[in-house]
Amino acid sequence: MRARVFVTLKPSVFDPQGTTIAEALHSLGYGTVADVRQGKYFELELATTEAAKANELAAEVADKVLANPVIESYRIEVVD
Amino acid sequence: MERGTNTVMKFGIVVFPGSNCDEDAFHAATAVFGQQAEYLWHKETDLKGADVVILPGGFAHGDYLRTGAMARFSPIMHAVRAFAERGGPVLGICNGFQILLESGLLPGAMLRNRSLKYQCEHVHLRVEQVDTPFTCAATTGQVLRIPIGHGEGNYYAPPDLVKQLEDNGQVVLRYTDSDGHISDASNPNGSVNAIASVCNERRNVVGMMPHPERACEPLLGGVDGRMVFESIVSAMAVR
Repeated sequence: MRARVFVTLKPSVFDPQGTTIAEALHSLGYGTVADVRQGKYFELELATTEAAKANELAAEVADKVLANPVIESYRIEVVD
Repeated sequence: MERGTNTVMKFGIVVFPGSNCDEDAFHAATAVFGQQAEYLWHKETDLKGADVVILPGGFAHGDYLRTGAMARFSPIMHAVRAFAERGGPVLGICNGFQILLESGLLPGAMLRNRSLKYQCEHVHLRVEQVDTPFTCAATTGQVLRIPIGHGEGNYYAPPDLVKQLEDNGQVVLRYTDSDGHISDASNPNGSVNAIASVCNERRNVVGMMPHPERACEPLLGGVDGRMVFESIVSAMAVR
């Protein structure tokens, strides 16, 4: 199975990169883009056929490595 | 203690692939302060009798994923952790500070600089705590002028953790102006409470973004970094 892991800064953490991108978009005239948050995206190939197990494994590696829990949170999608 | 006394201690300077301030730290420890030093390649598993460990600046493992995130899995870090847990003095400079944060040996995390720029300049720092092995030769409130060079030195901790660090006196250095006053203009990276350096609760592990090893000789534009080395040498002498 595959797991997609989306890592972003927690809402409470200022994201200078996202803010700069939003300002660039505003200068291009995209005033309706109210805010931008930048993050990271990972695709994990997992040697399991059980969705629950894939989710559990992805969460474990996200907690240990992919995300820094002090500043980041993550979301997981498991796909076939 | 005066420099030039016969107390000789051994610095263990960890070298990761991508470290680039290891030679500066080695030079400061040996040529400037007359101490012994040995490089510790990140795949080593013991500290070869080091009395103090320095994690130097650079871009360990390319800073892939996050600054310092990969370095914490290097074999040497098991020995560094065990050394720190025994009370051994550990100093992380710049990338070394980031590695200590990612390893959980120090609290908090680093964000990109508020400017999104790599800030390479001299800054002023106010010494807040003199009861660590790396600041014991300073006086509280002393202002130092030491260079920084980093893209991710925007120290962050959630508000409850910041309060805890302040209450415990774990903020060791703060960015200030030349008079020791905190201002937005004198904060080079946006760090919360202008924090430039923190220590652990036991106070033997210190991380700092500024580079004291680059400020130990007049030729390099300043000698205020000597305080850090003088501190550890005197701390070891009284042991």
